[in-house]
Amino acid sequence: MCFEAKRLLKLALGPVLMLMSVVALASGGEASQVNMSPGATQVGERIYDLHMIILGICTIIGVLVFGVMFYSIIYHRKSKGFKPAHFHESTKVEIAWTVVPFLILIGMAVPATSTLLEIYDFEDAEMDILITGYQWKWKYEYINENGENVSFFSNLRTPQSEIYNSQPKGEHYLLEVDEPVVIPVDTKVRFLVTANDVIHSWWVPELAVKKDAIPGFINEAWTRASEEGIFRGQCAELCGKDHGFMPIVVNVVSKAEYNDWLAVKQAEAAEIKELMAQTFTMDELMERGEAVYARACLACHGANGEGGVGKAIAGSPIATGDLGTHLDVGINGVPGTAMQAFGGQLNDVEMAAVITYQRNAFGNNMGDTVQPIDVYNYKKG
Amino acid sequence: MGDHHHGPAKGLSRWLFTTNHKDIGTMYLWFSFAMFILGGFFAMIIRAELFQPGLQLVDPAFFNQMTTLHGLIMVFGAIMPSFVGLANWMIPMMIGAPDMALPRMNNWSFWILPPTFLLLASTLFMEGGAPAAGWTFYAPLSTTYAPPSVTYFIFCIHVLGLSSIMGSINIIATVMNMRAPGMTYMKMPLFVWTWLITAFLLVAVMPVLAGAVTMMLMDVHFGTSFFSAAGGGDPVLFQHVFWFFGHPEVYIIILPAFGVVSQIIPAFSRKPLFGYDSMVYATASIAFLSFIVWAHHMYTVGMPVAGELFFMYATMLIAVPTGVKVFNWITTMWRGALSFETPMLFCIGFLVLFTIGGFTGLMLSIAPADFQYHDSYFVVAHFHYVMVAGAVFSMSAAVYYWLPKWCGRMYNETMGKTHFWISFIGFNLTFFPQHFVGLAGMPRRIPDYALQFADFNMMSSIGAFIYGASQILFLYNVIATIVAGKPTSEEKVWDGAEGLEWTIPTPAPYHTFETPPKIDPAHAHS
Repeated sequence: MCFEAKRLLKLALGPVLMLMSVVALASGGEASQVNMSPGATQVGERIYDLHMIILGICTIIGVLVFGVMFYSIIYHRKSKGFKPAHFHESTKVEIAWTVVPFLILIGMAVPATSTLLEIYDFEDAEMDILITGYQWKWKYEYINENGENVSFFSNLRTPQSEIYNSQPKGEHYLLEVDEPVVIPVDTKVRFLVTANDVIHSWWVPELAVKKDAIPGFINEAWTRASEEGIFRGQCAELCGKDHGFMPIVVNVVSKAEYNDWLAVKQAEAAEIKELMAQTFTMDELMERGEAVYARACLACHGANGEGGVGKAIAGSPIATGDLGTHLDVGINGVPGTAMQAFGGQLNDVEMAAVITYQRNAFGNNMGDTVQPIDVYNYKKG
Repeated sequence: MGDHHHGPAKGLSRWLFTTNHKDIGTMYLWFSFAMFILGGFFAMIIRAELFQPGLQLVDPAFFNQMTTLHGLIMVFGAIMPSFVGLANWMIPMMIGAPDMALPRMNNWSFWILPPTFLLLASTLFMEGGAPAAGWTFYAPLSTTYAPPSVTYFIFCIHVLGLSSIMGSINIIATVMNMRAPGMTYMKMPLFVWTWLITAFLLVAVMPVLAGAVTMMLMDVHFGTSFFSAAGGGDPVLFQHVFWFFGHPEVYIIILPAFGVVSQIIPAFSRKPLFGYDSMVYATASIAFLSFIVWAHHMYTVGMPVAGELFFMYATMLIAVPTGVKVFNWITTMWRGALSFETPMLFCIGFLVLFTIGGFTGLMLSIAPADFQYHDSYFVVAHFHYVMVAGAVFSMSAAVYYWLPKWCGRMYNETMGKTHFWISFIGFNLTFFPQHFVGLAGMPRRIPDYALQFADFNMMSSIGAFIYGASQILFLYNVIATIVAGKPTSEEKVWDGAEGLEWTIPTPAPYHTFETPPKIDPAHAHS
């Protein structure tokens, strides 16, 4: 699209955008966002331009069509004694209003096609991240050919008390996670998107990526962020009860910062590998278990194991009963209830620690410990 | 033939056993209005929860059941049966036929609806709650991860499909066989044309939906894996099959609305429809195109780029025949002698709002831009502009336009106009801000949202309550008209109206056109 045409469109859109911002201002002290954001990528800017061009064309057509209609409504009134004409059918006019829209559509299809082809160009990605949607959280795995793979879950961090209105809501209410995904700036990052249970959709508007996460299939998408910053998004495909509570936070950092971050994560991963082979004392397990409990169990089972959405842990027949059953519930969950399978979400050290903790905290006093190797063996069957 | 002019039977049996197209039409209309109120009530619950950020009234699982049932009941219970009711009343009267071609089937296709919706609504009280996967019920959320009530839901969809197919066969048989002598196809009123085309669409796609839910049933109960990758199936297959039904379905909803508007605008413009032939051809083109655009609902599922391009181009093409229609209506108004009774107001409202919905539809057809719009509130705004302002506004127009003919009494014009203006303002207040929050990144089908969406959501909820309340006024106006409206016996209630239905007495007698009318070539179609 040439420069002049773009200017014309901007002129035409001026009033529309002004109306939008007036509405936005009138609706609150701060202006709410009323339009798509060009975001932080080149593709996002191209999509934004496309969006504005087509909005502009539609606005011009709308003004013309509604203009004719309102002229008629104002001047061709029976109450003003206007006598009706009786014309109908005109091949010339009818051909014109078929052909002209068709040509306009071709004009729209050209930039749309080239943008689409760019979005579909997955070549030359500099790094890959495997994204897996779970009910209701995201898992990120950094796939490294040389070196340790890094993987972690990213959960909603907003506390229930904010959601249920007993505490004031924070600035990033529902758009904050415990561990954001980190990517380097100016790097073509390829996302391999899949799901573990139902269909989810990974959407970060400012990175111009929305891709469905489909169980059993892997979709591709990519982004190249041209500025650093924190970008937030949400699951876009209805995925069950907590569809509205599985946000995405992407932290775009400089390449150096990214490398540092990755090194730390890789060291952690290597450490966990080592820990897997270790035997822990009761105190060590209890300390680790308390931290895992706070992160993975507390929301449903309560800070003192008193229960809530989930059953009470304090005095529970499972936590004070057979160890095998306890491991089974922790690793495989209870199908048909809110108790999820944590086997894939916690590593063996974390699982061992949290099970030990549940058996020896909140007044439970089993005195037994679970070691990572026990979890490993249980999983192997 | 002493009993030739018998009237309706007395009491409940009149309605249970009737084969009279007017009685069945009336039942369809009342039933669909009841469903409209029920579906609207669910919408009020949704908007009340979304009034503020945070969870206040319902839990997220129930919220999902509400969005699901709202969609299903509005599409299958309110809009579709309302147009079938209108077809029942009007098609025989418009083509000079004494009744529908298959009157007993007509009775059955209505009477299987109420128990079906009772069953569907009862899933709310079942263990695990009602289906909650959205009105599009994508697998595997609607199969492996569904509550047990999904089995009842599948049964309901089968029966609704049966009812729709029977209704359509009836309409096709009536239009093809029962036209009065001289009423050739190209003389039929446009409402009849749009319904004939709609009926063919229904017969073509309802079995496809039945296929989709049957595969779901097999996956849920009989160990198949149509939609499960673990067993060699594909969840995306569900979406392809669903939208092969679903896209024609949206034209099934909107084509009869086009027909209504094409009857009413000429009447209040006192001028014939500008391009009758091109309207017929445009309707047929839209119907044809509706079969080859389904995957534009699925741009983000990971289709190959060639597929994306095909569906993008085909979808954009729909703008051409749709444009032809809008241009035709406006040219019909041009240099007419316009007056603005309630039916005309609703048609003008339809024209403006449907066109806006058409524009956003064109924007959504652009695949790369759709990556940002898809599954956001922008889509919710778009389809409510075409569904509510399209189907519901035109249905309101139709009721005000033909009600005097049906019951021989005039409605209260002031109240009708008030209904229009409150609906128009309420509707726009509800759905216009949803464009903004969608573009700003709010996904659809969420019970709670981030703080930057709060202002527009509150506005939207207020609009929804206003719009909802305006329908109570509508109900009151219709009942007041039937019970105590100003009697009228003029055959032609509206001075600009054309067509056979305006040649019979008012109110329309129980039986009409027992002998076929003579078709006056000059006034055949309006």
